[in-house]
Amino acid sequence: MAKSIVKALDGAQAVSNAMRQINPDVVAAYPITPQTAVVQNFSQYVADGIVDTEFVTVESEHAAMSACIGAAAAGGRVMTATASAGLALMWEVVYVAASMRLPIVMSVVNRALSAPLNIHCDHSDSMGARDAGWIQLYAETAQEAYDNTLQAVRIAEHPDLLLPVMSMQDGFITGHGVERVEILDDAEAKKFIGTYQPKHSLLDVDHPATYGAWDFYDFYFEHKRQQTDAMSKAMPIIVQVGEEYGKLTGRKYGIFDPYEMDDAEVAIVVLSSTAGTARTVVKALRKKGVKIGLIKPRVFRPFPARELTEALKDVKAVAVLDRSVSFGAMDGAGPLFLELCAALYSYGNGRGPLAVDYIFGLGGRDVIPAYIEQVAQDLLRIAETGERGDLVRYLGLRE
Amino acid sequence: MPNLEATWKEASWGGVVYEAGNSVEYITGGWRSFRPIRDMKQCTHCMICWVYCPDSSILVKDGKVVGFDYDHCKGCGICAQECPVNVKEPHEYTGQMGKVIQMVPETEFEGW
Ligand code: SF4
Ligand code: SF4
Repeated sequence: MAKSIVKALDGAQAVSNAMRQINPDVVAAYPITPQTAVVQNFSQYVADGIVDTEFVTVESEHAAMSACIGAAAAGGRVMTATASAGLALMWEVVYVAASMRLPIVMSVVNRALSAPLNIHCDHSDSMGARDAGWIQLYAETAQEAYDNTLQAVRIAEHPDLLLPVMSMQDGFITGHGVERVEILDDAEAKKFIGTYQPKHSLLDVDHPATYGAWDFYDFYFEHKRQQTDAMSKAMPIIVQVGEEYGKLTGRKYGIFDPYEMDDAEVAIVVLSSTAGTARTVVKALRKKGVKIGLIKPRVFRPFPARELTEALKDVKAVAVLDRSVSFGAMDGAGPLFLELCAALYSYGNGRGPLAVDYIFGLGGRDVIPAYIEQVAQDLLRIAETGERGDLVRYLGLRE
Repeated sequence: MPNLEATWKEASWGGVVYEAGNSVEYITGGWRSFRPIRDMKQCTHCMICWVYCPDSSILVKDGKVVGFDYDHCKGCGICAQECPVNVKEPHEYTGQMGKVIQMVPETEFEGW
């Protein structure tokens, strides 16, 4: 196993350390809470000459992503970071990056969208961008945020994909929470990510080409179909990179992280830091003999529909915990639940668990173990009676 | 010439166009609903129309304008607007007074 050093880092520092090791050709970014620390630390590396990245201090997030697109089309290895309203302001060009097949890596430190103004964690920012054509990885801890950032480079630049990757961690909870983080030896990290050979480059004057050209009704449709195809090829590559990373560090990564699922009769599905709280509760309930399990998806795009359906096929009841709302969707459910329901309906062969959704943690509302215990009690009752009850519920809301 | 029948499996990723300058092969003249017609006898060859045409569709040879590239002229009428020369005799095609370049509805031409 490769050498690494243990440090006390918050999630933002963990990501900026990964960026230091990646040493991208170009980083264009604009500061926004709680992402600021990521690029602030990184700009210090630039100022100190530790990296030789061209750091572009742009005037907005729209400009940040636009500069990234130009640099990536020029054949550079390119990164940025944002959150919340910053990602929303990028919107137009977030789609452009994916449609032009530019393997940009973007660190997102999840934060609620306005209004009312709120700087704390929920997933409405990145979930809003779920159909933009980016691969999406969600991290539970600072360690995972670091590990995912290194792997994101390999996934994005894979010659069969050339898709941008968004790497998420929870704002403040993970981004500003200091944890034990293993930082890979610099040389090993650099060896793992390798060098980037762009498929083509704006600066290759011997092979001039046009990028981002006008695409009429005669070709646009074909190019969109290609994006769907690329997404459909991403999962095995994500798994392969995760296994390789596991051999190097002892931390193997897959599509999702199952916990106590082997004989589970009820299960909770939740992204990011809340999976840590849920795991503690599941562990305690298991000690009391409750057959409960947990699934923490790591990859949301592409959505692991078949894999999750398979993992949940013997479970009687499942609760999805959603940290964002798809307003106006079925009963006001969240995106993770909606995707999972579609998967269970399409691939479950008419079987599969009764599923309920819990909206939680909006705008940084705390999630305490007692809430998860309540979910577990609800699940056991649903499993026992076969009666689902309300499709969408709320955790920690004053009612 | 790019393969206009390429399937989604064959089309270039991200719409990158590898053949530089191939837009000349994309015939846009079909967009035109008005056709610019020049009275060659009264043209002073000042080249103003050549300067202004956004589609490089004013054909020039040996320092003289010689015609229009109707495969790419989209009929915007900028050349007719910017032509600084008024005819002294009625325009040889339209029979009207006005500019040396005048715009004529495509419906008046064969094959429309
Ligand atoms: S602008 Fe008018 S006069 Fe000048 S070259 Fe063109 S057609 Fe002739
Ligand atoms: S009509 Fe427009 S496109 Fe056609 S020649 Fe005149 S300026 Fe050019």
